[in-house]
Amino acid sequence: MSTSTVAGHHEEHHDHPTGLMRWFTTTNHKDIGTMYLTFALVMFFVGGAMILGIRAELFKPGLQLINPDFFNQLIGVHALIMIFAALMPAATGFANWMIPLQIGAPDMALPRLNNWGFWILPPAAILLTLPFTLALFGIGDGALATGWTFYPPLSVQGGIGVDFAIFAVHLLGISSVLGSINIIVTLFNMRAPGMTLMKMPMFAWGWLITAFLLIATIPVLAGAVTMLLTDRHFGTHFFDAAGGGDPVMFQHLFWFFGHPEVYILLLPIWGFIPQILQTFSRKPMYGYKAQVYSLWAIGALSVVVWAHHFFTAGMPVPALLYFMYSTMAISLPLAVLFFCWIKTMWRGSMSFETPMLFAVGWIILFGIGGLTGLVLADVAADAQYHNSYFVVAHFHYTLFAGGIMGIMAGVYYWLPKMTGHMYNETLGKWHFWLTAISFNLTFIPQFFLGLAGMPRRIPDYALQFAEFNMISTVAAFALGLSQLLFVYNIISCIKGGKKATDKVWEGAEGLEWTLPSPPPYHSFTDQPVVK
Amino acid sequence: MQVLKRIGLGLVVFLASLSAYADYSWNFPEPVTPMALDTLHVHNKFMLISMAIFLVVLAIMIYSIFAHRKSKGYKPVTDKAPSTALEIFWTLIPFAILLLIDFVIMGIPAYHSVVMMEDTRNKANMVIKITGSQWRWQYEYLDGDAQGIKFVSNLTTNDKQLHNQEEKGENYLLEVDNPLVLPVGEKVRILMTASDVLHNWWVPQFGSSRLAVPGFIRETWVQVEKPGTYRGQCKELCGKGHGYMPVVVNAVSMEEYKTWVAAKKEEQAKAAAGADKEWTKDDLMAEGKVVYEKNCAVCHQVSGAGLPPAFPALTGSKVSTSPIFGADGKYLPDSHLDRVLNGKNVMPAWKATLNDTEIAAVITYERNALGNSVGDVVQPAQVKAARQ
Repeated sequence: MSTSTVAGHHEEHHDHPTGLMRWFTTTNHKDIGTMYLTFALVMFFVGGAMILGIRAELFKPGLQLINPDFFNQLIGVHALIMIFAALMPAATGFANWMIPLQIGAPDMALPRLNNWGFWILPPAAILLTLPFTLALFGIGDGALATGWTFYPPLSVQGGIGVDFAIFAVHLLGISSVLGSINIIVTLFNMRAPGMTLMKMPMFAWGWLITAFLLIATIPVLAGAVTMLLTDRHFGTHFFDAAGGGDPVMFQHLFWFFGHPEVYILLLPIWGFIPQILQTFSRKPMYGYKAQVYSLWAIGALSVVVWAHHFFTAGMPVPALLYFMYSTMAISLPLAVLFFCWIKTMWRGSMSFETPMLFAVGWIILFGIGGLTGLVLADVAADAQYHNSYFVVAHFHYTLFAGGIMGIMAGVYYWLPKMTGHMYNETLGKWHFWLTAISFNLTFIPQFFLGLAGMPRRIPDYALQFAEFNMISTVAAFALGLSQLLFVYNIISCIKGGKKATDKVWEGAEGLEWTLPSPPPYHSFTDQPVVK
Repeated sequence: MQVLKRIGLGLVVFLASLSAYADYSWNFPEPVTPMALDTLHVHNKFMLISMAIFLVVLAIMIYSIFAHRKSKGYKPVTDKAPSTALEIFWTLIPFAILLLIDFVIMGIPAYHSVVMMEDTRNKANMVIKITGSQWRWQYEYLDGDAQGIKFVSNLTTNDKQLHNQEEKGENYLLEVDNPLVLPVGEKVRILMTASDVLHNWWVPQFGSSRLAVPGFIRETWVQVEKPGTYRGQCKELCGKGHGYMPVVVNAVSMEEYKTWVAAKKEEQAKAAAGADKEWTKDDLMAEGKVVYEKNCAVCHQVSGAGLPPAFPALTGSKVSTSPIFGADGKYLPDSHLDRVLNGKNVMPAWKATLNDTEIAAVITYERNALGNSVGDVVQPAQVKAARQ
């Protein structure tokens, strides 16, 4: 079967608009995937610039560059942008590009919905950041200044930035739910003949569970922020004790979404990292079934452990114990995954191209994030870690190393397939090493800051925290600047470079590697058959 | 790659030299309560276990990375899952070890810690109430000799140090005017609440940390075993002053504590008496300046210009220039006194925080300084009457 000729033939009859209109009206999964990935990359730099502002202010004690109010705005918007506008769209971008390719489908099941899903994002990002600009013209007092968690009563007290952020979260949520519906429908209906669920690529499995988690939890978040909105403007008292409400109830609702959100961000990555390991170890993936069951177990556990995010809020002892032990239980399926990842590498024939470097570095750094998470589950110790820099370091190990560096592994892995050109391998390796080293130098000091007693979200700090903050800031700038290599490498790969073969990597397995690089506009016009 | 290796080596040397610093703190600060001691033990144990797991797994990975390379001509095997009973057994062993660590080695001590931490009442010898408000702590002693003692604890680090115009003191950002005073060795039950938004009272050396929720009472306890001054901070984001509401606790011997209680009681009696006498405008202005700069200037600024639109200017504002009292002698709604006593939106209610004299003084100051010259004077007695 020659897919390329069939596809080429097809395209002659099926023209699509060119120029800007191509991107506005496109229903093509690859175009939409590209837009998602580009948007994520742009927002990664927007969110990164914000945090570099924060790090610059924290370079030494005293107030130098940023006043405390603006500081609070930057931390919250940084988090919302990185989570909702960088990590999630990047994962959705991969889903759009790769799921049809991996399951042998011509496109996603619901292409128009797909187009909507993407075009809701830019307005949401604008809503989120617009209050910064409005404040310059004297309208309102800037963006959301409550941290990304919106905790009332501070968020009830806040200015218009909170309202903008609430609507932004609504739009981002709608976009995620639409994307999730599309992925579920695609995976259940459009797999190639012979591809049973238990033969589905791991990436598709990761996304399937993520999609279910999104549909289960986003409505709760939407409900919670809507209640906040009515508390702010319409006289309700959901979170106000004076009217019979409870501020802590918001935390329960928020983290019922917020904890699964962590896995929503990570599950797609747990999907494709084993595929990368398998490719560069030239050896089949180890424990496919065990991994699938573990992904389900983590997905299920993630919705019943939320309260460990606020142990210090005060809870009855049985509740504390339940949330502690259930959180610790997550380490079991996660350990199975780690075991399978390492066993996939074990006795393979490994080579270390950039995607593999990122994947291996990812296992190690995400491991640190996971182990510190296990310690955080302990209620007594958590009283000390909670809201300190220890937690900041912990979740950056899971979300920067475990999230962003995972995405980077995926980018280098699939970029040749997407563009048809090989990226610059030397630059890729430089990018990996600079990122890994500066990342650790940024966040290891923060573990020690947290232990020594530095709370998070403070614009200025006591003198004993000065040295570690200084190291962290210098390293954070190195980390930020290293990402310019990433962009340069991607752009030059899009523009040209060595031609990529269909298979790209020697050990690559799976349907996406049977198509030419780049794949034809409509992926599989003849359905492949999986044996 | 050679360059990278050199950079890496440099970093190792750099980090090693850092550890030579004695000031560095690599772990929790010295614990001074049973709870903090327990937390430190739990933390150390967990860290050692985690570190051991991490290093073992890392070692296996690194061995594999170096041994099973294509460049060394290593031929891949093709196993996909454990196939023999023996293999399955070996696969289950790490799982069993983790189960043991999670729910026995870590789980059982964790259970006891939780129970100890939540037992706020048994053997508690005294009760205090801590109220968090933007951006200061308020302490109240609820029983024993000290019953009725109540004061506000404000940051004393001055503005010049914050803005780098003056050298920063040793306890920069961790110093207050009125520290909480506790007797050593006594178990103190702490009732925690807040008046506006969420706060979290935290002293790292005590190991206790509890959210202060407006409208609710939460509990925790401390039992300081060693005399000394202990410093901490609010650790729940509570607005722009979040970084500026430190906690300072003086733990003293029982005798010193009793002396302090007697002195504090006398001081409060004097202040209450002050509310009944007639004050001169100059005295009110002098006292008002102190109160204003300590409590109000964070938002309304020392000059009274405020930070609009969130924090309005007091200079020339309607509230601070319009009449306070109506024809019947009662204060008018939305008048200056009403606003200070009861607050509105972001403006906190001060009636529980400041005493009659302080409120009278600060209103008088705001109306006759900061570019205002209304000319009238509010007497403490009027504030006292207004509270009823």
